Amino acid sequence: MNKASTVSRVDTPRSRRLTELLLTLCAIALCPISMYLIDPDRAVENRMWLQALLVQGVGALILHAVMYLRARYADPFILPLAVALNGLGLAMIYRIDLTTPANAGAMQLMWTGLAMVVSAVVLFFLRDHKILLKVTYISLLASVLLLILPLMPFLGLEINGARIWISVGGRTFQPGELAKITLAIFFAGYLSTHRDLILLAGKKIGPVRLPRFRDMAPMVVAWLISLAVLVFQRDLGSAILFFGIFLVMLYLATGRLTWVALGLLFVVAGGLLAYNYISHVHYRINAWTHAFEPEIYNQPLGGSGQIVQGLFGLASGGLFGRGWGNGRPDLVSYSNSDMIITALGEELGLMGLGAILMLFLLLISRGFRAALGTRDAFGKLLAAGFSALMVIQLFVVIGGVTRLIPLTGLTTPFMSAGGSSLLSNWIIVAILLAISHAARAPHVVEAFDSADSVDYSGSEADGATSVISRITDSTTPQGGRG
Amino acid sequence: MASEITVTVLRFAFLILLWLFVFMVLAASRRDLGVGRNVRTAKASADTATPDSPTPPSVTPAPRPRATQLAIIDGSQAGVIMRLDDQPVTMGRSSDIEVSLEDDYASGHHARLFPQGSRWFLEDLGSTNGTFVGEQRLTRATPIEVGQNFRVGRTTMQLKA
Repeated sequence: MNKASTVSRVDTPRSRRLTELLLTLCAIALCPISMYLIDPDRAVENRMWLQALLVQGVGALILHAVMYLRARYADPFILPLAVALNGLGLAMIYRIDLTTPANAGAMQLMWTGLAMVVSAVVLFFLRDHKILLKVTYISLLASVLLLILPLMPFLGLEINGARIWISVGGRTFQPGELAKITLAIFFAGYLSTHRDLILLAGKKIGPVRLPRFRDMAPMVVAWLISLAVLVFQRDLGSAILFFGIFLVMLYLATGRLTWVALGLLFVVAGGLLAYNYISHVHYRINAWTHAFEPEIYNQPLGGSGQIVQGLFGLASGGLFGRGWGNGRPDLVSYSNSDMIITALGEELGLMGLGAILMLFLLLISRGFRAALGTRDAFGKLLAAGFSALMVIQLFVVIGGVTRLIPLTGLTTPFMSAGGSSLLSNWIIVAILLAISHAARAPHVVEAFDSADSVDYSGSEADGATSVISRITDSTTPQGGRG
Repeated sequence: MASEITVTVLRFAFLILLWLFVFMVLAASRRDLGVGRNVRTAKASADTATPDSPTPPSVTPAPRPRATQLAIIDGSQAGVIMRLDDQPVTMGRSSDIEVSLEDDYASGHHARLFPQGSRWFLEDLGSTNGTFVGEQRLTRATPIEVGQNFRVGRTTMQLKA
């Protein structure tokens, strides 16, 4: 087929950067408006709203500019959604600062700015997400190092029974948050190159084809290390999260439900062992099943007071909430990190919480959209893996605070106070944006696409694909209309 | 101090604002929700280009529907007619396969018939005595037309619409 005719027939997709800009401007406004509504007098006095507006505005504009220059066809909805969620979280943290001794707002704002700049830098240098395929094993190593760091004698820091922080120069950081990115990169890279071997080589026992041990070994090692470290760090939430990513990505790569069934059996077995032998887990499950019993409610360590107060908060919020600044989130411990969802539910009600969950749903659906659209197996797995990571994390957090499942300490993506969590989520946004650019950018569809083959060597395919993107780059009118 | 009514109005206004934002994103992403046409064509072209596919990419599917019956017209089971689904069928002397032949000249797993587009393809599975279409011994997968005789061992068969 003639290449010239192809070019003329393809209607070039619109970059929709203008849509993104308009939506982002709306999203940036959410945080200052909330801060004003919380307490108009104090908002005027302490100028926090102005700082939030500036930090989020500048950060979002930098990201927008980087996308305009480097990833013109990136998904236009990811940035506004992330900014909106981040802004609502900022507002709630600021609001909790006003009535409690906590002082997390300024730090959170600083981390927001930093995370958005880091995200822009990552997007700037990560023009093609397939570069990450080259660091598959390096990211496995990095994950291990990141997970071991908090166990180091001088570096590690134990807070509330979980040893997941490191302390550098008076600042604390959770390396595990970054480890979830590197682990996802490793799983995606390994599964996209070894998918066929795992699926086809190996003995068949009954209806299940078991993969050969050496094909699965690195995966199992990665999984065991993360679980082992997490058992020693006593961070149940992250353990569930890592195991969840492992299962989801294995299922996405192989499409075998038997794996999921086997994995769930492991979860049940591990859960029973943990319940009987780890006191931490035992308390958590007791606080879940017998939450309303007085002795468990009043138990100082591992009691259910936090969950129950959170539930009371949600109940007092009702359908439409108490309104910004009118709730009592100060009654709940950790209301600005683990329990931020109940604080938001109390002040914005079911309607507000529903809107927040819709924002998350849309963000996650954009991630899966990027996974569907991109053509290489690695990109698909990575984008879907990151989206699934967010789904699992939200389920664990929100299920925990609403007493659907035992409460485990995990952050709500983009909202909870905590710099490491913000940073890692904004890096995930940058990678998703890069993948969605690959998914939406125009390309020749007739020629056999080298990106479809799994043994991608990493060199830029100088075939038809890059040719057409260059052609359309120069013919697209500047500033493709949104 | 703002009055009670202003506070209530602002409270609901903020919720409306939140949902407005949600619906703005939804409205803007409405036409982007399906998987793009480009992607689908890319997948189709990649599928035809897979190396183990027996059909050359130039084969254009014929408009008529695929044959649905397999008839044995000569041999010990002459007169038997079998229904073909969309699944590939294996024929041979073995008893645990779809088309089990009572034919001492057929190998256990002799040949395979599989659907591709609107046609059935016949493929020899390394049989001892070979599979013949007309007088031609098969060396690779070959499309079989309706009414065309092919022979496995001493059994002759043909496809019926």
